[in-house]
Amino acid sequence: MGHYWQEINALTMRWVRRLSREKFSMLFTLVQPMLFWLIFFGNLFQRAADTQVMQAPNYISFLAAGVVVMTVLNNGLAGGVDLLFDKENGFLERLMSTPIHRTSVILSRFIFVMAITSMQVLVILGVSYLFGVHPATGILGVAMILLIGMMFGVGLTAISMAMAFSVKSHGDFFSVLGFLSLPMIFLSSALVPLTAMPAWMSFLAQFNPMTWAIDAVRPLILSGWTEALPHVGMVVVVMLVFDALCLYGGAKAFRRAMG
Amino acid sequence: MDRAIAIDVNRLCKTYDGHKAVDDLSFRIYAGEIFGLLGPNGAGKSTTLRTLITLLHPTSGTATVMGYDTVREADQVRTVIGYVPQERAIDRFLTGREHLQLLGALYHLTKDEAAKRIGELLKLVELEAHADRPAKTYSGGMKRKLDIACGLLPDPKILFLDEPTLGLDVQSRLRIWEYVRMLKARGMTVVMTTNYLDEADQLCDRLAIIDGGKIKTLGAPAELKIALGGDIVSLTLKETSRIQSLASDLTGRPAIKTVRATTKGLDIRVESPEKALPTILESANRLGCDIEFIQYNRPRLDDVFIAHTGRAITESPPEVESA
Repeated sequence: MGHYWQEINALTMRWVRRLSREKFSMLFTLVQPMLFWLIFFGNLFQRAADTQVMQAPNYISFLAAGVVVMTVLNNGLAGGVDLLFDKENGFLERLMSTPIHRTSVILSRFIFVMAITSMQVLVILGVSYLFGVHPATGILGVAMILLIGMMFGVGLTAISMAMAFSVKSHGDFFSVLGFLSLPMIFLSSALVPLTAMPAWMSFLAQFNPMTWAIDAVRPLILSGWTEALPHVGMVVVVMLVFDALCLYGGAKAFRRAMG
Repeated sequence: MDRAIAIDVNRLCKTYDGHKAVDDLSFRIYAGEIFGLLGPNGAGKSTTLRTLITLLHPTSGTATVMGYDTVREADQVRTVIGYVPQERAIDRFLTGREHLQLLGALYHLTKDEAAKRIGELLKLVELEAHADRPAKTYSGGMKRKLDIACGLLPDPKILFLDEPTLGLDVQSRLRIWEYVRMLKARGMTVVMTTNYLDEADQLCDRLAIIDGGKIKTLGAPAELKIALGGDIVSLTLKETSRIQSLASDLTGRPAIKTVRATTKGLDIRVESPEKALPTILESANRLGCDIEFIQYNRPRLDDVFIAHTGRAITESPPEVESA
């Protein structure tokens, strides 16, 4: 157990060091493009969006939940990139030739991605606060939002790692990534509630785990616990299933790649 | 020979998508020797190496490293080996020292143990002055030195080097060779793959020539050359019409093993040049063959390679393999 902790700690610190070495990359990790969605898209659609349809005082407060979950989506799907580079340049082989527990590298990556994601979510909520979006459920609600984000993020990161271990080249990886992320966003309740969507889109969006996550985060921000709790209970169940599937797939891909 | 066995490979096979990368390999590596796996790209030497360091599971057959099975006792194997992958297995953003510190934690050293060993290794590979700069500022030779320091960090019984001097300049190359010889002098067993004949010849105590996933021949470089059947005297004659008569005159004479006609003269395999040369010259004189050029070669490892694989190492394999 002591060894396991030593390994995970050292490997996680490696990701932190890498990030801190790239000042620009660190800056853009915190002040990320997702903020533009919130600031520009949120304010741009302020008058175009119907608050009756949104069931929210204004569009930006409706959008906040969507941007939070979009942040989780982007981070999760990109979570395997560094392992992909490690695989391509042989660093992963070097790590795996040492007497470490086979899961240490992967676990360190989960920890790192989850930590970064949580920080970004807090930045998003902070900026939303400046625009007058005050979470109805308070600090505890924010903690709940982070928990939901992490549950969703674990599954996404597992998908990303599975892809990293399976693809032949990093070109393939980024093509699939770019292809996945936009439909995931548009076919969810991130920008528009399901009730306002064309029937075929809202039908597809129901099967998107992202919709479930947003539908739980949104009342935590807009309404309060009584409204939110049923959705929170539901999303926990959905995410447990989602994570189980993704982790199973990820473990299979990892085992195949590592002989 | 009752030398201690460091590695025992028994009927090892590895198949990818129906293609046999390694096909029924059996060999032993003795403790304290430098053992080379020599072959062209795609010959199966990297696959063999990666099986020995537990990163690949064999399709069939077994391999043991210091008595531990590479599949069932992989963790024990990993504690006694060091591995130096092909170039660029380096994190550009970490410093040299951070690479070694990371590995120190992965080999479960305490901070003090690690610091002491890292100091020694940086000194050994002459990277002390650059230890705290990010690796992206390193030259190719410096990266390779860091690679080797990383491989040596666990103080391994066996060090595995995958193409240790691929793409390096001559000076760095000679320096790496020096390190390897020094490690052997300290009693370490070294296993390396290479597709450089001179490297295998200069450095390895014994080597296996691998091609198409099979061992073509195995032994000390000197043994392999001797086994080819002696030195070669090549004659170039002024008049090619006389080649046949000289060939038949020399065939069967003492000290001469085989005579083979070439387009311009003869290739004569001899037991010893001291005895054979007078015979050859006397014969040529007597038959009135004017010799334009005479060349005497000890067999080189190139000749060994060609004799066992049917082609030079730089020629591509007859079947194109998918990467």
